[in-house]
Amino acid sequence: MAEKKNLVKELTKGFVAENPVLRLVLGTCPTLAVTTSVSSAIGMGLAAMIVLVCSNVVISALRKVIPDKVRIPAYIVIIASFVTIVQMVVKAFVPALDAALGVYLPLIVVNCIILGRAEAYASKNPVLASAIDGVGMGIGFTAALFLMATIREVFGAGTFMVGIKDLLSVFGDVSFNGFSVPFLNENPMLVFILPPGGFFVYGILMACANKLAESKGKPRAELRGCEACPMAQTCSLNKKEKEEVAANG
Amino acid sequence: MAKEFAAIFLTAILTQNFVLAKFLGICPFLGVSKKLNTAVGMSAAVIFVMGLATAVCYPINKFLLEKNGLEYLQTIVFILVIAALVQLVEIILKKYIPSLYNALGIYLPLITTNCAVLGVVILNIDEGYNFAQSMFNSIGAGFGFMLAMVMFAGVRSRLESCDIPKFMQGLPVTLVAASLVAVSFLGFTGIVENIFG
Repeated sequence: MAEKKNLVKELTKGFVAENPVLRLVLGTCPTLAVTTSVSSAIGMGLAAMIVLVCSNVVISALRKVIPDKVRIPAYIVIIASFVTIVQMVVKAFVPALDAALGVYLPLIVVNCIILGRAEAYASKNPVLASAIDGVGMGIGFTAALFLMATIREVFGAGTFMVGIKDLLSVFGDVSFNGFSVPFLNENPMLVFILPPGGFFVYGILMACANKLAESKGKPRAELRGCEACPMAQTCSLNKKEKEEVAANG
Repeated sequence: MAKEFAAIFLTAILTQNFVLAKFLGICPFLGVSKKLNTAVGMSAAVIFVMGLATAVCYPINKFLLEKNGLEYLQTIVFILVIAALVQLVEIILKKYIPSLYNALGIYLPLITTNCAVLGVVILNIDEGYNFAQSMFNSIGAGFGFMLAMVMFAGVRSRLESCDIPKFMQGLPVTLVAASLVAVSFLGFTGIVENIFG
């Protein structure tokens, strides 16, 4: 019973308490880049989730086989293989999504959420828990992208979920293709779609998340130099800073 | 000819700035831009690795992958080549040019899994650039990264002494400041077409 409870906790921690985008500050590049429309945000979230779950499972299964010294290159190869598979599947079945995501689809390889979870979780935990961690983190990532894309698309283009038809066409013929928001449709605030709007909406959402966390007595989300980076352990910039701190007391 | 290269170079720096228009390399942009000297060191390393990665990955793609119909392996091959290359350069610099290693070396491992480097290599191929065009685009993208980093380091040093509302302190106000810097880059829209058009 207790084990079951733990697994549920592993799943739900990624939604809010350890949301990868708003709490752990991971995967900022795709977050800012693909949230110009809700449908591409959902597509990106799902693609990253599939890669995350698959790579978590494989890395967790191989965690006792991979030598510690070459673990990062080994993880990168595993992640890159799954990204390639996802890329080919998307190209074949949802070409519109491939066009919308462009270069950001192959760049899932270097998304810090995936390497970060491999290093922080999958390399230390059994297969089932790692898979569930991947699902939870993937849902958290998708939810954060969805929230940000909703704000940007509604204000910036005056529409909601336009283009979702291409995404849903995998499951058969769907007539729903989003709708336009009255008033904002005629007077869209274009800046929300443009790059500055991405930074601005992310900043405001981060402030809200911090406020919420503080009211619950939790620490604020911070990008502490490079500590969030999965390479932090091996990185000499980090080591140098620590040496400086040690030298100066 | 020279005009075409200048257009690619300026586009990569100003209108299609990697950080502020394409959102590549946001982690170092937010993480390492607190002090001007680290910002400059990091950007110099990025320029170097971007140029080197393009110089190595372009022939690999052209003569190895495309020739054998293996384009689908691009993602795996490029990330491995970049990672191995960065490690190799770090070892060589440490052994033979310690002064350069002290200036750039510490930033090199950070760049291995940086999306800006892999991004520029993939974008060069998507755009169908030839070797010279790819090199100009990569170096331009690196300089664009440097411009954004240096500008933002200045903005952040001013932010340190500001009285910021408590809920905006830290990351939120940094992101809003980045948004304002990005607005300034919107002003360059169309400039390259007008100069070289």
